[in-house]
Amino acid sequence: MLSGNLLWVMLGTMLLGTAAGITGTFSFLQKQSLVGDAAAHAALPGIAIAFLLTGQKDLPILIVGAAITSALSVYCIQWIVAFSKIKADAAIGLVLTVFFGIGVVFLTVVNHSPLGNQSGLNDFIFGKAATMTKVDLAWLFISATIIIIVSLLFYKEWKLLIFDPVYARGIGLPVEALKAILTVLIVLTIVTGIQSVGVILMSALLIIPAVSARLWTIKLSSMLILSAAIGGISGMLGTFISSMRTGLSTGPIIVLVASSIFFISYLISPAGRLNKYLRKIQFRKQGEVG
Amino acid sequence: MIEFWVIFTGLLVGITCGIAGVFLILRKMSMIADAISHTVLFGIVMAFIVTQTLNGFWLLIGAAVAGILTAYLVQLLHSSGIQEDASIGVVFTSLFATGVLLITLFASNVHLDVEHVLMGEIAFVPWDQWTFISITMPKAVWMLLLVLFINIGFLLLFFKEMKLATFDAVYAASIGVPIIFLHYVFMTSISFTTVAAFDSVGAILVVAMLIGPAATANLISKTIKQMFLWSMFYGGASAIIGYYLAKLWDTSIAGMMATAVGILFVVTVFAQKFVNHKRKMIVRKLESL
Repeated sequence: MLSGNLLWVMLGTMLLGTAAGITGTFSFLQKQSLVGDAAAHAALPGIAIAFLLTGQKDLPILIVGAAITSALSVYCIQWIVAFSKIKADAAIGLVLTVFFGIGVVFLTVVNHSPLGNQSGLNDFIFGKAATMTKVDLAWLFISATIIIIVSLLFYKEWKLLIFDPVYARGIGLPVEALKAILTVLIVLTIVTGIQSVGVILMSALLIIPAVSARLWTIKLSSMLILSAAIGGISGMLGTFISSMRTGLSTGPIIVLVASSIFFISYLISPAGRLNKYLRKIQFRKQGEVG
Repeated sequence: MIEFWVIFTGLLVGITCGIAGVFLILRKMSMIADAISHTVLFGIVMAFIVTQTLNGFWLLIGAAVAGILTAYLVQLLHSSGIQEDASIGVVFTSLFATGVLLITLFASNVHLDVEHVLMGEIAFVPWDQWTFISITMPKAVWMLLLVLFINIGFLLLFFKEMKLATFDAVYAASIGVPIIFLHYVFMTSISFTTVAAFDSVGAILVVAMLIGPAATANLISKTIKQMFLWSMFYGGASAIIGYYLAKLWDTSIAGMMATAVGILFVVTVFAQKFVNHKRKMIVRKLESL
């Protein structure tokens, strides 16, 4: 069962989950979780356009296309919020659906074209980790490592940026550049993950580990470690479970493992339901005595 | 005739979603609509597993229940101290993943594939007809008309209350407007809208039509009534423009309609900037005189 290839894929999705857990924590704390969702959906037109322009299915080309449209969608959201009276939620929703719509348009064009023959582009919607080749895995390893290293390098600056942006600007930190680097890293995480998890569920890997970690701790450093661990475990376990039966997409299973971890945290963590309930009973008892 | 029904369905989706979208934008709940459009899949699969039929009525019920469940779960997580956007993200991705998994496990050989739910195929609408009091129309048109009436009925009944609950929730609560009840009724109507529209045009276009036209209308209107009219206009216009563009390039109609929503938004933003600029120039000229 544990063939060599499966072991590599599991290692790959584990690294992906770790990287997503780290960047997801930063975007969660900036209250930008759903921007990641929009950026993930916006990868679809990039993939389709890159394929149409080059006629090739090589992963690097598709990933460059995905990265360009994802980054463009984040930029569009920021532009709409800054220059019109549309609120952030509507801007995110609008950009998300319009980019995805454009993606569907181009995907249909690809599927109708003679060189399309489905061309496996549809796999990007839900992801298929099992079909990853050695080259794909090498890409995944490299970019996940880059993401993890860069986030560790900028840890101190981002911490300041998130919790006290005014002070950060005051001591002369290049706030805009730091934000841009964070955006680039989030986009990189997304395009790294779309092949194994798919564009629709990639945002789950950015959001769920971070939210679960937040329930256990209030310290940024421990939150990052925990979130990375939860992401890694979900990736590994999800890939393993989905390999047990043929025909299961990897993406949904990884997400379900992550959300089970969230559900358990929601019940038993220090900030969770059970603890709140116990404290309420305790208070009531104290009240009766006094 | 076939072409007419396709355009008419698109037009109905545009208008119905345009109406439902206005309060969605004003109440800053657009992303909940996005969440519901994803979790509808979960409701439909559950309805299928329970009843073992693809009867439209049960699917509608299942989807509406899933929609309300989504709104309820988001509210539950949010009220226990988790950021709203993160709660939305957790809830809809989990339910959507469950839906996809259930399809692959229990319903893989049924006409319920995920891509159909997401992207829809409006071009097939005219072939699925339904006769009621000796009028024969496509089933999608019947469903959309029903939802349109529900939406209009909701507005006629609760317009004043919704307006108050949207713009001054505290005051509304203090004079006894049942704002929680209104919230859930509104969410139910959004779920119905999503369900009726998704079968013909796909979940993605529904969200585009719910958010896009209303957001564009929000740019240019000064009163809420104006916003309703503009929103319906933009919804209908995107449907028609999208249809002809799709026909021109022989591609996905639903995808093109969503693209048209985006085009109209961009055009409106720039037109508005241009008009504002012109107006400023005139004022400056008058002042200098």
